[in-house]
Amino acid sequence: MARDESIKSVLVIGSGPIVIGQACEFDYSGTQACRVLRAEGIRVILVNSNPATIMTDPEFADATYIEPITPEFIERIIDKERPDAVLATLGGQTALNAAIGLYQAGTLQKYGVKLIGADVDAIERGENRELFRAIVEKVGGESARSIICHTIDDVLSAVAQLNYPVVIRPSFTMGGLGSGIAFDEETLRQIAGAGLRHSPTSEVLIEESIIGWKEYELEVMRDKADNVVIVCSIENIDPMGVHTGDSITVAPALTLTDVEFQKLRDLSISIIREVGVDTGGCNIQFAVNPDNGRIIVIEMNPRVSRSSALASKATGFPIAKIATKLAIGYTLDEIKNDITQVTPASFEPTLDYIVVKAPRFAFEKFQDADPRLTTTMKSVGEAMAIGRSFPEALMKALRSLERKEAIFVFNPAKSENEKTALLEASKTPTEYRLQQVQRSLWLGATIDEAFNATKIDRWFLRQIDLINECARHLATPGELSLEILAEGKKMGFSDAQIASIRSISEEDVRRARYQFNLRPVYKTVDTCAAEFEAFTPYHYSTYEEETEVRSRTKPAVIILGSGPNRIGQGIEFDYSCVHASFTLRAAEYETVMINCNPETVSTDYDTSDRLYFEPLTLEDVLEVVHAEMQAGPVLGVITQLGGQTPLGLAAGLKAAGVTILGTSPDAINLAEERGAFGDVLKSQGLTAPEFGMASSQMEALDIAHRIGYPVLVRPSFVLGGRGMEIVYDDEALSGFISRATDITPDHPVLVDRFLDSAIELDVDALFDGNELFLGGIMEHIEEAGIHSGDSACVLPAMTISESQRENIREATLKIARGVGVSGLINIQFAMADHTLYVLEANPRASRTVPFVSKATGVPLAKAAARISLGSSIQQLRDEGVLPSQGDAVAKGISVKEAVLPWNRFRRADGRGVDAVLGPEMRSTGEVMGIASTFGESYAKSQISSFGPLPRTGTVFISLADKDKKQGIAPAQGLSQLGFRLLATEGTSSFLAEHGVATTVVRKNSQGTGPLGEKTIVEMLNAGDIDLVINTPVGRGTRADGWAIRTAAVQRSIPIITTTAGFSAAVEGIKALQAGDLVVAPIQDWLKR
Amino acid sequence: MSKAFLVLDDGRIFEGSSWAATGKTFGEAVFQTGMTGYQETLTDPSYHKQIVVMTAPHIGNTGVNSFDNESRKYWVAGFVVRNPSTITSNWRSENDLEAELINQGIVGIQGVDTRAITRHLRDRGAMRVGIFSGLELSREEMVIEVRKQEGMAGAYLSDDVSTSNTYVVPAIGEKKFTVAAIDLGIKGATPRAMAERGIEVHVMPYNTKFADIEKIHPDGVFLSNGPGDPSTMTSIVELVRDVLTAEIPIFGICFGHQILGRALGFETYKLQFGHRGINQPVLDRKTGKVEITAHNHGFAVKAPIDAPFSTVFGPGQVTHVSLNDGVVEGLQLSERGAFSVQYHPEAAAGPHDAAYLFDRFIEVMTRYPRKVEVN
Repeated sequence: MARDESIKSVLVIGSGPIVIGQACEFDYSGTQACRVLRAEGIRVILVNSNPATIMTDPEFADATYIEPITPEFIERIIDKERPDAVLATLGGQTALNAAIGLYQAGTLQKYGVKLIGADVDAIERGENRELFRAIVEKVGGESARSIICHTIDDVLSAVAQLNYPVVIRPSFTMGGLGSGIAFDEETLRQIAGAGLRHSPTSEVLIEESIIGWKEYELEVMRDKADNVVIVCSIENIDPMGVHTGDSITVAPALTLTDVEFQKLRDLSISIIREVGVDTGGCNIQFAVNPDNGRIIVIEMNPRVSRSSALASKATGFPIAKIATKLAIGYTLDEIKNDITQVTPASFEPTLDYIVVKAPRFAFEKFQDADPRLTTTMKSVGEAMAIGRSFPEALMKALRSLERKEAIFVFNPAKSENEKTALLEASKTPTEYRLQQVQRSLWLGATIDEAFNATKIDRWFLRQIDLINECARHLATPGELSLEILAEGKKMGFSDAQIASIRSISEEDVRRARYQFNLRPVYKTVDTCAAEFEAFTPYHYSTYEEETEVRSRTKPAVIILGSGPNRIGQGIEFDYSCVHASFTLRAAEYETVMINCNPETVSTDYDTSDRLYFEPLTLEDVLEVVHAEMQAGPVLGVITQLGGQTPLGLAAGLKAAGVTILGTSPDAINLAEERGAFGDVLKSQGLTAPEFGMASSQMEALDIAHRIGYPVLVRPSFVLGGRGMEIVYDDEALSGFISRATDITPDHPVLVDRFLDSAIELDVDALFDGNELFLGGIMEHIEEAGIHSGDSACVLPAMTISESQRENIREATLKIARGVGVSGLINIQFAMADHTLYVLEANPRASRTVPFVSKATGVPLAKAAARISLGSSIQQLRDEGVLPSQGDAVAKGISVKEAVLPWNRFRRADGRGVDAVLGPEMRSTGEVMGIASTFGESYAKSQISSFGPLPRTGTVFISLADKDKKQGIAPAQGLSQLGFRLLATEGTSSFLAEHGVATTVVRKNSQGTGPLGEKTIVEMLNAGDIDLVINTPVGRGTRADGWAIRTAAVQRSIPIITTTAGFSAAVEGIKALQAGDLVVAPIQDWLKR
Repeated sequence: MSKAFLVLDDGRIFEGSSWAATGKTFGEAVFQTGMTGYQETLTDPSYHKQIVVMTAPHIGNTGVNSFDNESRKYWVAGFVVRNPSTITSNWRSENDLEAELINQGIVGIQGVDTRAITRHLRDRGAMRVGIFSGLELSREEMVIEVRKQEGMAGAYLSDDVSTSNTYVVPAIGEKKFTVAAIDLGIKGATPRAMAERGIEVHVMPYNTKFADIEKIHPDGVFLSNGPGDPSTMTSIVELVRDVLTAEIPIFGICFGHQILGRALGFETYKLQFGHRGINQPVLDRKTGKVEITAHNHGFAVKAPIDAPFSTVFGPGQVTHVSLNDGVVEGLQLSERGAFSVQYHPEAAAGPHDAAYLFDRFIEVMTRYPRKVEVN
């Protein structure tokens, strides 16, 4: 058997923007798919709205459509491209849903396109709970007792049979969206009500609770000859009740006997056969009762999933790549194992190490959000670590999260009842439950006590206990002996942790360690526990005897990745790192990647010449640098591409004698440190908004009075605008300071003048010490004050004049030169009353680099990597990496829109969190629209991010006083486009004064009218509204606005919270009314 | 914890800590790559006189129980692990692994770089080793002691592991067949798999005479797995030839497969480091399907893979091959009821993909019914 030769072109459906539950793992899988297909000589057509992905780089497909992933748009693409087949199993739930939509619309049949991987029936069988349940029963498995419901009444009668607590699971949603556990009727009504709305089929499953059972996941692959292999088993440390994406998980499963494991294996194989996933991967989840071994099959995903990416990285078995080969007809035994090069892919990887994955959350961004972990996924990223023992892997994973709170501490009890309090707290799963468990054990809790509180398997608890025991040894007074230090390092303690236990400095520990010559060795992930020789240098550190790093002769460049995804630092940075690796490999350097994010392309074993799957801490990076220096020449480390994480390491690396390639740590400091940066601006004659640095509340108030309200306040040195707020008066300022900061002279607070209705501009540029290359000037659609990561933006800037453009270029050059950039720089400007203000400069790759590169066709990250290694912009122009002359030119008009995770979070009272943009970044991902007019481009971006803008219907408008004036023109526009306008009383009378007629509607706080007139919230819930315009009043949840916004979010009604967004939306609706939006591949745009 | 040493006959020494029983032990070092199933491995008679290195780092997590034993005792000569569990967590567990190893007198070592050992054995081949735990010996003394031991090539071990008296495992449900299972180191899962299919299994000693087999009028003869060098098994090879001549269906696994191979006139040879794991891909050449199987063998049969072969018992072919290294994994006579596989269809530990081979045994016994004149 071999490849299906009838397939000559394939449409690959991507997964769209990064959202919670669907992150860059699908860029990893999709990129692999594109590579495999092209290597087979198949024409690849790709659709993905996410510009930050590697897969949407023009060289990964023959035709790349950065267009909305909806059945309508895909049909237009199919009509144009006429592919032979559609591959939808590698783009997450988004792609799968799109494929089902195409099938239901008859598109696949109409164009004679076949779905490869899994057909519609198999997808149905895997995802429809009733069908799946029947399959489980048929193969001799058991499902949790459950009842399918379509109405709240169904739900209530179901619970009467099953008894509380029950689990609610909506059908056809991803990442457990809308699911939860209800212990009483009130929460049941909330969760099930929302679940019915989220489910595209208005279907929820009410299920008996198996909370506290052990949870497992098996990754399964099948080929068309019906060969089935289990790639990996994953065990959740957090037992049932916490979404697997939010659990700390471990591979392989560690607490099953072979008899038990083989039962799971047999069930998995029977299920994949019965569901009929023809080819490719799927994952199946199980719950196992720890008291009697009863097994319950929870669910399956008939596609490559987040866990597949984790399993691929954990085993070295590239699931997506192999799934793609299987989809075009190969069988497992025909595919070679890349790592051993001699054995086939038809085997089951075996691990001689332990992998731990830990989730990274962003609750600090959503302060109202309920911090309890449930069956709805809430984490925004994850870190993976590999060690030769579970404690080692766990400790590495926790420090990979880059969160102080995640790292185990070993201090004395803070109070007498701390242990009891911790045990009590650990009954409820939250972000730091494992830390509570560790600390309660440290303070003397028994394993049984911890087990009773958490149901975490005793084996894992005992391992944590061993970590605590080791900490006690490390704390022994007297000289740190080799024996104890070695024990600590084997157990995964970082130098910093040991230092804190012994109250000495990290450098002291490091020095002692070096004196003992106690260094980590690097082992290899090889799929086969060393049974065969491995040819791929995919390494992890451990403290053991033998290292496997091979010597080399080519000079190496070490690239630091960006660590776990978080809000403010995600796939965009991985994009830049991967680009650097590709371009430097092409330039004959040996590239060495260090990263700990299993979802990424950068941690694919064939992206770089060598991969070290390691935490991004100074210690871990220094050790890799040391190991590589032993192996051969090392030119230095690139820190400017992975975002704030590597940038923060640059100074420490340099102090340890490591060469930083590109922008120097001193230059970084110059840009990051406010005072120093202010001096740079002053010497270059540039203006920044007035600001001051306050180390006390009084000082802050003084500064605010001097520069005038509104002011922007924030702690110094933050990423993604964390803890940032715009305040309009003394009361709000004092409130912020006492609430959000522990203000001290060491931790000052910045108070900036806030430029109320300025236009914000974002610039990405390259500088080689001599010449500046401007990548693009983006104009934010939302006015200043909305975090740049959350603001939509357009490239080219639409409202600035040629002379302003020149000013911006000039200012960029001055800053790049003044700071001393070598590579990329990103600068945020504000234009207010024809004055250009410099808001901030980041001497590194920014979030917008991939967007700019897609819109202009200029590979900025590649160029930056080359500049870091000494190439000049002129050289890069000569080589054709950069245009032969001038700056980058945007092809068409591109809009980037942010995607926000409002629907993921709920307050502790079960109601939604407020959907308001602000200076704090909250978006998880982004989409891009490209077209020849702004309206069309904006409309595409909205469809990709939030769903279609309405073409007709009813719009509700409620504007804050400060926004009323700017709201007139767009309201007028909507009215002319034939919309029915509703407004609250104030907005309505203001608009009437300016000639726009609206109907007054009751506020939520006014309640239902005497004649039964509905309030706006009631109308939203009844589905009477098609679009909501609601700009908030200052900051803080005013009950009415909040009720409107959350109701809209929960019913998935598009909502716009700024007047600038309002104007843009009107443009977009105009474009939609003018006719179907045209689709074109990015390759065509770049030719223009 | 006192120091312990794993000493290889080529002079390499790994230092670790004592674990399980202390003292010294010798055997052939082999690595086992299964991530589950250490209890089954420990009780598998095929590991007799072998010191097993577990590549999975955490061993003992689920303790031991009385259900998962594959024979009456622990057979390994020594046990090498990285991180033995200090707690047992499983509802079926009855004892702690280390306690059980001490009961059984198995010398172990922990805290060694098992991956480095595995790589060494992979590159240099399986070799004689010793574990010295809690002893005061110089490194030279230890190496000398190891080099005094016998190697596995030429080892005849069946008399150590085989049952001394025949016992019967009754068929579950209706009895359909009678099988004489020659115990060369049989695992409990094998008669269980046959009994579940309606076979009454007479487990017989390794030195059973053909006449003893005839006495029970078997529908088939089963040749079990077991330890040792197949080239030493001359008398049983003769026995198998008698069975073949009598046209009684034969099914052999592992060691039994090698013996059938020799009875058919093929040579056997020692592999560099063998196959020991539960993830081994084998191709069924007839169906083109791949099965993931449990392996435990250091020797293999040399038979022509490219074309059918002829033997004094008629033509036959190689039915299965290893996809990892092309080793012969299955043999079959075309005109008689005799077939064998190099791996373990009974699994335990390992995947159940090859369980169909017991069904095939049933088919073969049905197709080649007992000759009347045997009575």
